[in-house]
Amino acid sequence: MKVIIVGCGRLGAQLADLLDSDGHDVTILDTDAYSFRRLLAEFHGTALVGDGLDEDTLAKAGTEQAEAFVAVTQGDNRNIMASQIAKHVFHVPRVLCRIYDPLRRDLFSRLGLEALSPTVIFAQMFRERLIGT
Amino acid sequence: MYIIIVGGGQVGYQLARALLAESHEALVIEKNAVVSQAIANELGSSTVMHGDGCEVSVLNEAGTSRADMLLAVTGDDEDNLVSCQIAKHQFGVSRTLARVRNPRYEALFHQLGVDVTVSSTSLILEHIEHEVPSHPLMHLMLIRDKGLEIVEVRIPSTAGSVGKKIGDLTIPPESIITLILRQEQNPIIPNPDTIIEAGDHLLAVTPSASETELRNILTGE
Repeated sequence: MKVIIVGCGRLGAQLADLLDSDGHDVTILDTDAYSFRRLLAEFHGTALVGDGLDEDTLAKAGTEQAEAFVAVTQGDNRNIMASQIAKHVFHVPRVLCRIYDPLRRDLFSRLGLEALSPTVIFAQMFRERLIGT
Repeated sequence: MYIIIVGGGQVGYQLARALLAESHEALVIEKNAVVSQAIANELGSSTVMHGDGCEVSVLNEAGTSRADMLLAVTGDDEDNLVSCQIAKHQFGVSRTLARVRNPRYEALFHQLGVDVTVSSTSLILEHIEHEVPSHPLMHLMLIRDKGLEIVEVRIPSTAGSVGKKIGDLTIPPESIITLILRQEQNPIIPNPDTIIEAGDHLLAVTPSASETELRNILTGE
């Protein structure tokens, strides 16, 4: 599967390494080349310096042919915008993004984005650890 | 009208001032505490709210559901987009406006529910096209000993010649249209039945004296 990941922070890099070792074709984008230090030395995919909100950069990354797109930059709004570009401009079949703010996550889920909120997920996990389900 | 302005930079602040002067109710939402305090000092504390205008809870507190309009004018395109989308889809604001730094986003923003986009780049470009006399006729070459010129004429969409056959135009008798360059097509050697289209580039040979007349016939409204 060809996957585009926008944002090479801890999560982006980890996901890129996992998918890469599963044999997927991964292209990861970040505006800062220094972020790519987080990728494993044996990462086979493509690391591209560029803005994940820029249509030319996304086209260069091969977003048109991508089967999945993941937006995991530090900014909720950047993730929301990048995902909407992937979905509505490039028509990527599967688009996932991270939105920290639970309320914003709820709204954009209603608008059709497949969005995960680490805030909600971790709060539930911590509660389960503390008091069980 | 109740107008919410997201972003208290120069644009947001000046907008708020102007709207207040026109007796509108304006509220600036600014996430930088120092900037929001400065606006409060200038325009009064009821005109500014400290918070992130991309957060549902902040927009809720601002009474966005009763706002007639939301103007998102921060310096970040993605923040302006998200603010407008929340206003529109969560609070049902009927009119949303986003400032767009990258003019290429304008179409996307409209597609995603932003009613109006304002791009300073596009505005300045439009202004240049209006203010600076555009030159629909360019001199390509002078044939000195014959007193003839080879010129290129761009056909604007407003030109009266658009949709007409060349044979039906009263082109000065000494001028000859020699070639039409049409987007993504091979060059066309025109005949009297060739129809002129907006955006065509015409190459013509004309005596210098007839140049103005030729230009007027081809590009005039």
